[in-house]
Amino acid sequence: MEKTLKLIQSLSSTAEKVEAMDFTVAVAKDDLRKVAEKLKAEGWDYLINLTAVDNQENIEVVYHLSKSSDMEKLLVLKTKTEDMQNPIVETVCDLWESAGLYEREAYDFFGIRFLNNPDMRRLFLRPDWVGYPFRKDYDNTPNEKFSTSVHDVASMENVPSITLNHHGEIEEKNVNLFDNDEYIVNFGPQHPSTHGVLHLRISLDGENVKKIDPHFGYIHRGIEKMMESMTYPQMLFLTERLDYLCGSINRHALCMCVEKAMNIEVPKRAVYIRTIFDELNRIASHLLGWACMCNDMGSITSFIYGFRDREKIMDIFQETCGGRLMVNYYVIGGVAQDLHPNTVNRIKEFIPYLREMIKEYHTLFTGNPIARDRMTNCGFLSKEKAVALGMSGPNGRASGWHCDVRKVAPYAAYGEVNFDEVLHKGGDTIDRYMIRLEEIEQSLRIIEQLIDKLPDGDFKAKVPAIVKVPAGEYYQRVENARGDFGVYIKSTGEKSPYRIKFRSPSMVAVSGLDPICKGTKVADLIMIGGSLDYVIPCIDR
Amino acid sequence: MEVKDVEIKSMKTEDFRDNETLQKYIDELQKGGVNVAVGALNDFINWGRSNSVWPLTFATSCCGIEFMAVAAARHDFARFGWEVTRNSPRQADVIFVSGTITYKMAPVLKRLYDQMSEPKYVIAVGGCAISGGPFKSSYHVVNGVDQILPVDVYVPGCPPRPEAMLYGMMQLQRKMKVENFFKLPRKGERDAVLEEYDNNNKEGESK
Repeated sequence: MEKTLKLIQSLSSTAEKVEAMDFTVAVAKDDLRKVAEKLKAEGWDYLINLTAVDNQENIEVVYHLSKSSDMEKLLVLKTKTEDMQNPIVETVCDLWESAGLYEREAYDFFGIRFLNNPDMRRLFLRPDWVGYPFRKDYDNTPNEKFSTSVHDVASMENVPSITLNHHGEIEEKNVNLFDNDEYIVNFGPQHPSTHGVLHLRISLDGENVKKIDPHFGYIHRGIEKMMESMTYPQMLFLTERLDYLCGSINRHALCMCVEKAMNIEVPKRAVYIRTIFDELNRIASHLLGWACMCNDMGSITSFIYGFRDREKIMDIFQETCGGRLMVNYYVIGGVAQDLHPNTVNRIKEFIPYLREMIKEYHTLFTGNPIARDRMTNCGFLSKEKAVALGMSGPNGRASGWHCDVRKVAPYAAYGEVNFDEVLHKGGDTIDRYMIRLEEIEQSLRIIEQLIDKLPDGDFKAKVPAIVKVPAGEYYQRVENARGDFGVYIKSTGEKSPYRIKFRSPSMVAVSGLDPICKGTKVADLIMIGGSLDYVIPCIDR
Repeated sequence: MEVKDVEIKSMKTEDFRDNETLQKYIDELQKGGVNVAVGALNDFINWGRSNSVWPLTFATSCCGIEFMAVAAARHDFARFGWEVTRNSPRQADVIFVSGTITYKMAPVLKRLYDQMSEPKYVIAVGGCAISGGPFKSSYHVVNGVDQILPVDVYVPGCPPRPEAMLYGMMQLQRKMKVENFFKLPRKGERDAVLEEYDNNNKEGESK
């Protein structure tokens, strides 16, 4: 990492290392572009996250970078702009494709415009929204007089952008996303197979997809902004409402981030319990993903089967935590209560049961020649594209990208168990389909190894009554059922965070729809969407 | 008709809570009285209607997953005649507002409701749909769908358990059974009816 620092300093004399938990370098705004280009060439090809922070006298942009070949490495690059009225930062969206959406998000929340980014529309809020809600001076009380008239979708297709002209002056441009004679179909926001309230504008050439423009924000609840006025134990429950299918794993990320920052050692029993529950949650999520994908393709039987077996996991959760979908089980320092005496036996009965059932799923759907024919050679995603889009998780692994955070940067008890990272080479829909069923088997393996070794002892560490995270910046990654989920906390040492941001693996999955679906039939879009398995409330937050 | 005469196949009347409210509804609805023949026909139609209520597949967030669980194998709402979910609002009888409604989604929900054909019903599922729930203080969340739609049944929870949803569904069935079918608002009449109801309530308050 010292080499990287020297490299950055050779390009930018003002670059300096910032004391933080992760390796952080601050560069001046004007040098950012040079540094980014060089880093990209040096193999930092995976932009995990882009966050903006309003520091009141300046606005900071934070880039979390990693290498696709060595994902354990984490480099935090920071830059800031003093201009609060009209903040402008140079774009990096041509280097890392995933930056495109992140920069739009930063514009939506903070009003930062990115120079040379061809698309500077709002991402979540309505085009007629006034103000930037994540600014500290924004009045964020609920608005009682909201409009019930549908906003003009066409105005969302009017794409503003800013560039420098040859005099070095800033030039504003407005282009239309679609041509006038293009045939455009609305898909969503209310549609049974969008997995939430996703809105796609699809340009069609006959039956073939030409271009997809996703619209988000139909379920934007401002969770991150709400958390800025909550204490750490209070805000835990909101993490489960981000990606509700694997809520516990998200909660685990936030708990670990706070524990890391406060230097709390979690008892071993709690670590094991958390790992087991994470894996159960992953199984539940993959089962649901499988069931819904099959349902989208017309196999209602699979939907019923998937949910039938998912209920068994819900039973296990319910006995220990009382909740089904929202278990509210993890707390800072451990878990809320000890396991129910029945749980261990129930899990032990469940493992062989599900193994049998997976065989049944394969007979029912995977072996079906119609389904196989439809899924093979459809919806191809190359490894390079997956890395560029930052599409980690099962989708990335289906394209052959070794990107399982449980393997590359083990957390909780994952370092102590044997399991295989399922990798496929094809990158087709069938690979993404198979990888989920195969991951369920690996999850069962992990649970099997841990359940017999459950150590005795405390299930919760002693935590101060008022949780105050020391000033600084922290980032924690976990592997949730959809990929690389991250929590970024900036704390000033208060009871509540100054800025908190979640890295959603679903957002990059949706941004992949356009490159994947180009040229495919519109009917296959539903299937490909199902195979990407995104959850919209995680994107919108 | 009284509440104790309303029969739901799977649950006894005394097991329902708050039967008094429903009784009040009934008294209000049946103020004028009907003749025997129309009354019998009315009961017959309501019997059919209440046992074949088709919900719209509508979900914005977490509650939608529990809604799917209600539809799936273990809880299986087809047992109560809710049979299938419809993907088009024009074919649906009831909309389950399951999940948070934001300012951006509110117009879309309103439009979906307007597209449904009469008689139509709304069930608000979960804290968010009832009052904004955990997101009450957010700058982008509608604090309760009753600000934009008339709600028939509220099912509290975050998210409600499938059993709670089934209970809410049965309550709606009871409501449908006591309604006077021939006096239900027809196409386009609902707004006028709601306005009149609002005015009546306002008069009551001022008195």
